[in-house]
Amino acid sequence: MLEMLISVWNWMPDALQVLIKIVAIVAPLMLAVAYTTYAERKIISYMQVRIGPNRVGPRGWLQPIADAVKLMFKEIVIPTNASRFLFLIAPVLSIGPSLAAWAVIPFNDTLLLSSLDASLLYILALTSVGVYGVIIAGWASNSKYAMMGALRSAAQIVAYEIAMGFALVGVLMAAGSLNLHDIVIGQSGGLGSWYVWPLLPLFFVYFISGVAETNRAPFDVAEGESEIVAGFHVEYSGMAFAVFFLAEYANIILIAALTSILFFAGWLSPFQGFASLSGTALEFLMQPSIAWFLIKTSFFIFVFLWLRATFPRYRYDQIMRLGWKVFIPVTIFWLLVEAIMFLMKVGPWSASVAL
Amino acid sequence: MRLIKHYLQSFLLLEMFKGMMLTGRYLFARKVTVQYPEEKTPISNRFRGLHALRRYANGEERCIACKLCEAVCPALAITIDSEVRDDGSRRTTRYDIDLFKCIFCGFCEEACPVDSIVETPVFEYYFEKRGEQIMTKEKLLAVGDRYENDIAACKQADAIYR
Repeated sequence: MLEMLISVWNWMPDALQVLIKIVAIVAPLMLAVAYTTYAERKIISYMQVRIGPNRVGPRGWLQPIADAVKLMFKEIVIPTNASRFLFLIAPVLSIGPSLAAWAVIPFNDTLLLSSLDASLLYILALTSVGVYGVIIAGWASNSKYAMMGALRSAAQIVAYEIAMGFALVGVLMAAGSLNLHDIVIGQSGGLGSWYVWPLLPLFFVYFISGVAETNRAPFDVAEGESEIVAGFHVEYSGMAFAVFFLAEYANIILIAALTSILFFAGWLSPFQGFASLSGTALEFLMQPSIAWFLIKTSFFIFVFLWLRATFPRYRYDQIMRLGWKVFIPVTIFWLLVEAIMFLMKVGPWSASVAL
Repeated sequence: MRLIKHYLQSFLLLEMFKGMMLTGRYLFARKVTVQYPEEKTPISNRFRGLHALRRYANGEERCIACKLCEAVCPALAITIDSEVRDDGSRRTTRYDIDLFKCIFCGFCEEACPVDSIVETPVFEYYFEKRGEQIMTKEKLLAVGDRYENDIAACKQADAIYR
């Protein structure tokens, strides 16, 4: 049976193989996105001493499916005087990059769609493209609230992208590679050799910028019920609206996955090389596995939701100040520190990189 | 020195972590949600819900058409017409309460000398068509007949405070 499947697989043309691989990545991703919305509602309500959705299916597990079905049956209203083509292309532009970025995410040692040498650069480029969806949606809606929301989030994303990019420069200085797979391999050796420790400030800058990049609370000024209604997607309804939400949650998962890859060694075990574990029943904990990657990613998704449940929103000028006047200097300073330690051959830099 | 302390505090994100610890603790706190149709919060004996007209134990309606409720109603929601019945007693021929006008202040209940018009603890009702919000005499009496036990119990429990 298995041999037959393998022979069928090999017989298929390359394009079909790639297509199947893409489906194998996107389908679970979409499911994860759906259940991230459920997790968000559940976790936030738990933190607010409520119990959250619990009516649809056992303990509310079917809630995201009910939501999706509801949105599918709703009419897509296109406002008069809206730029029809741009209005409809905007959600696609917003979800496209956040899905395309998954092409280079390594799930474990062998499980990745394409091992690009410049994969970090590719991801950086794609996450920048995502902002076009927001801007175009805001402009094409022909609505002042949408326009304001789009402008806000565009300025915000541009500001935080720089800090994010600088934080990633720190990672690639430490790894000496732009390839995500190599970056993870560079962190092998257990908990102590993960890049979080030497790059701790950059990790915080990266994660907080990631929250700002995805327009999530406390940086969610792109939406603001009291000021600009729902921000750039006020005029969207039905599936077009749902696609924006899919994009937002896919971006959250992407940022969480990238954080676990860049700073927390992706699929590698934190107990790698723990002598006291080997030979015991817990030895399997030392093995690198996709489970580690999923656990780390889920944790960072949880942190996203946790942040939303905890913090009030930033004021707009404070967001800009934090982005330009705090994060960028902090990252540049830490890059300098890193470079000096690099030259002096102090710390993990000297070990992981051969110049 | 204060400046250094300020910078340390903001760059180490101390207050951020404190806030997150707080919400983290609440994640495991006991949940206080009342799951409505299955669980209900207790309501007062003086709860002012749907109106009802009561009867005496012998089946005679209490209302004597004195129109005090009509007079006291601040929302002008009550309309009463009356006639002298064959046995010589005065009774209403029409007793309408417009529930869209009613503000559920309970003045009608306070004004009534014979405890006829009351507000019951019933708050789960709805209208499907326009016009259904007018509670006619028949409807009010029907409500009173249906919930007489509840109304009497509430009245009795509240009597000691009056």
